[in-house]
Amino acid sequence: MRLFPVLMKSLLLVCTMAFAMMAVAQVDVFDFETAEQEERFRQLANEFRCPMCQNANLTHSTGGVAADLRREIYNQIIDGRTDEEIEQFMLDRYGDFILYRPRLTVQTILLWFGPALFFIIGIWVVFGIIKRSAANSRGNEEDQGAETAAAGSEDLTADEQARLDRLLADKLANNPSTDDDSSDDSRR
Amino acid sequence: MIPELGNFSLILAFALSILLGIFPMVGAARQNQLWMGLARPLTAGVFVFLSISLAILAYSFVTDDFSVQFVANHSNSMLPLRYKLTAVWGGHEGSFLFWTWMLGGWMLAVAIFSKSMPTEFVARVLSIMGLISVGYTLFMLATSNPFDRALPLSPADGADLNAALQDFAFIIHPPSLYMGYVGFSVVFAFAIAALISGRLDSAWARWCRPWANAAWAILTLGLSLGSWWAYYELGWGGWWAWDPVENPPLITWLLGAAMIHSLAATEKRGVFKSWTVLLAIMAFASSLLGTFITRSGLLTSVHAFASDPTRGVYILGFLGLIIGGSLLLYAIRAPILKSEFGFGGWSREVFLLANNLILVVASAAILLGTLYPMVYQAVTGGDLISVGPPYFNTIFLPLVGILVLLLGVGPVARWKKTSRAYLIKQLSKVAIAALVIGVALPVLLTLGVPLTTIIVTVLACWVIFSLLRDLQSKIANKPDVWSGLKSLPVSYWGMQLAHFGFVMTMAGGCLTSIYSVEKSVLLDPGESAELGRYTFVFEGIEPVQGPNFIADEASIEVLRDGVYFRHLYPQKQLYTASNTPATHMGIDGRFFRDLFVTLGDARNQGAWSMTLYIKPFVRWVWIGTIFIAAGGILAVTDKRYRRFKVRQVQRAAPVTNKDSQPVVEG
Amino acid sequence: MKNLKLYIPVFAFLLLAVFMWRGLYMDSRTLPSTLIDRELPEFELRTLGEGDQLVSNTDLPDEPFILNIWGSYCLPCLQENPIFMSAREQGLVPIVGVNYKDRDNLARDWLDINGNPFTMNIVDDSGRYGIDLGVYGAPETFIVDADGVIRYKHIGTINYQAWEDEIMPVVRELQSAHAASASASSGQSS
Repeated sequence: MRLFPVLMKSLLLVCTMAFAMMAVAQVDVFDFETAEQEERFRQLANEFRCPMCQNANLTHSTGGVAADLRREIYNQIIDGRTDEEIEQFMLDRYGDFILYRPRLTVQTILLWFGPALFFIIGIWVVFGIIKRSAANSRGNEEDQGAETAAAGSEDLTADEQARLDRLLADKLANNPSTDDDSSDDSRR
Repeated sequence: MIPELGNFSLILAFALSILLGIFPMVGAARQNQLWMGLARPLTAGVFVFLSISLAILAYSFVTDDFSVQFVANHSNSMLPLRYKLTAVWGGHEGSFLFWTWMLGGWMLAVAIFSKSMPTEFVARVLSIMGLISVGYTLFMLATSNPFDRALPLSPADGADLNAALQDFAFIIHPPSLYMGYVGFSVVFAFAIAALISGRLDSAWARWCRPWANAAWAILTLGLSLGSWWAYYELGWGGWWAWDPVENPPLITWLLGAAMIHSLAATEKRGVFKSWTVLLAIMAFASSLLGTFITRSGLLTSVHAFASDPTRGVYILGFLGLIIGGSLLLYAIRAPILKSEFGFGGWSREVFLLANNLILVVASAAILLGTLYPMVYQAVTGGDLISVGPPYFNTIFLPLVGILVLLLGVGPVARWKKTSRAYLIKQLSKVAIAALVIGVALPVLLTLGVPLTTIIVTVLACWVIFSLLRDLQSKIANKPDVWSGLKSLPVSYWGMQLAHFGFVMTMAGGCLTSIYSVEKSVLLDPGESAELGRYTFVFEGIEPVQGPNFIADEASIEVLRDGVYFRHLYPQKQLYTASNTPATHMGIDGRFFRDLFVTLGDARNQGAWSMTLYIKPFVRWVWIGTIFIAAGGILAVTDKRYRRFKVRQVQRAAPVTNKDSQPVVEG
Repeated sequence: MKNLKLYIPVFAFLLLAVFMWRGLYMDSRTLPSTLIDRELPEFELRTLGEGDQLVSNTDLPDEPFILNIWGSYCLPCLQENPIFMSAREQGLVPIVGVNYKDRDNLARDWLDINGNPFTMNIVDDSGRYGIDLGVYGAPETFIVDADGVIRYKHIGTINYQAWEDEIMPVVRELQSAHAASASASSGQSS
């Protein structure tokens, strides 16, 4: 009875705290020996995920572990460890979850090469369409079935269409800027 | 009593949606004029009852009615009025009601602005939207009712609105985002109506375009506002995190952009018909997917509402029905939609295809990255990986680069057939100018050879110069520049404005990533720190009192080149009701760069840690989106979309003869 | 056939929907431990209440034991305490505590008030050892075998259900394996 609102409120508190964590920017003040070290620190802290937060990198988390891990990265940079060593350190303890840039393994090949694969498939499809379209005569004769209204200006007969094309081609060759068809376009 | 009325109103909206989903649709199939005629009144009814529900929820907030659970969870008596009102969408249940109300709004708009469309078509469109509304209202009534009461023991005061949401941007970002996001249901309904009727002609495309462009332009603004808000709310200068909840609206935006380009070709040339329909379905699907991801707890995100698998299952079921059903309908009916063909190798159609290719690949890639951790976990039996900004940036940026490259050529290409020689003739000088200036500018300004910057400036110059060149060639034979510019159609200006905005956003985003600097310092009062040409003097801390928070406010004097520039007042806040901290940065935002300070913590003896930031060009990201949205809207204010009083011609059944007649002029 | 290609979107979507349905019931927040079947990381830290004397891995029990990460600030740890106390009273299994990012006096007070179920309490006030363990917040619990190899990790509060269904079965299995190998080696030596 009384317990329920209290529980709800604390649950809510936890949830809002989790979100509100993000609204509080944290500030570490570390002393670096060189600007390059500071840059490395920022890059690394950006690439590691905070293990306890709701999806934030180490730079942008206020969680306790995040602060500890940032300090650890700082210490290791000062100690002279390389980026790879630091990354391996994190991997050994927290697993792949902690890397925002997934490692390339057998299981992530589809992830990393998927987009390129999509692109290649897409190019293949597009070329197929272009080839098919160029092979077709303009004004598809098979355009029937559900077609009822005119599609643009294809309400001309084939002869008229050919004449129009010739005229347009002439105009194109002589004076491209007066091609009304394209100036009236609204490609958006 | 009143919240119960709100609930009842919601039930009525649900009931009317069911009627709307059934009768006009069946009426269209049977040519029953009466049933088809019910579409508009039923739509109005749905909208009215949704509005009443929403108004009552808002009323409950304003009157501090903490017996309503949702109000108790997201409000507080000390909350300023404007946030009490906007807290309506500060949590899952209320925001979903708001979302549904937006759908009602779009439905009403379609009902009003559809006089030039055949009754049958309008009936189908509104029915489809009614069916969507059925799903949404049922979801609320079954799993997420904002009017649930917290009786018998309602809290004396509420838990307060999340501190991060008590901000001006929260007043405008969700409304615009939802409005755009939900707007894609209109084009979706148009597409399904086309599939059902088997009819998709240039008239359809002409009706469709204003709706598509409007939804997309508003979504542009919604996304942009979200980005801007994250930027100044979170305090570390980031404006896009590739978060699993941010990505779906971006996917919708990309697919929407592909769709409006494809639609342009369908309207002008009668091509890509079934592809446009598929895009419309996919764009809407991605908006439903976004709803699902945000509200089901499927993916971990800072933005996600409290997760609940039951809700997730429901939304997934709804998703499955609507999208699975639409895609099945597409597979079956698409062959009926015959497109024109007959365009050549370098025609504008081809460049639009390329545009679509890139946008769709980008969408697919972002979806892949967003859902991959989930798939990985399922397939490996429990291992977790993370896919974050490093992945998305690596994949997305090259695609954008290619897109921008094509953007310089596409608008110059002619419909149907363009000779390569023509393109070269038009653009060779543009290319050279872009290379020269694009390289010279960064080299001279930075006295170095920053390769990434050069790529950005060359590409930006390429598009802008191409834009100018196209402008120039179009007004070349007009008597003077002014009459030439006036002669260009509004839609042309819309296109160029939007493209320009896109380049501005991309350039701003890339350059700010390259040139932003920041520095974390620990300062005693009186101490100063330098960053770039600016000196920041920490003058001291003062406690301030807000309406529902207390804060420590720092006074920072900023000098530029040693000369006084201005003061900044960053705050470290504590919201008393919820006991949550927040930061408020002190920011100087200008066109060419932003300057800001974020407070950290108090350390020993009055010293405070803080971070100083200089972010060049970051405003371009959002200013560019304003141009994009403006251009998108402008492109469809053309007269040919606004002829309402036209003679309607009814068609009894699809015509199969070869003769085609112009049906509707304009 | 062209028509078959049109069915690709539907099937792709259905596949996606199946994954997402499964995904709803997966817990994507609890990190699986990378230390399973690996030796407990080395440490040399002081203990709670024994002054500045340092202990290390060699001071850990020679039998299977439980390693519990806790702090006086941690509310769920309070909920686990009775279960651990009863385990101690029954002599079921030794429980070693790691007092994580806490303050000695607060920790000692907590133990005084609530009872001390730990045979030994290692102090990790900086959280550095927690990093080696892959800890990201108390409470977390490891089950370690007699050779110092981590065999199981439980993240979050251990309630009675978890204790009976998850923890104790592993503990018993390790204990019987340990007893078996102990008797085997003692059998050999005679």
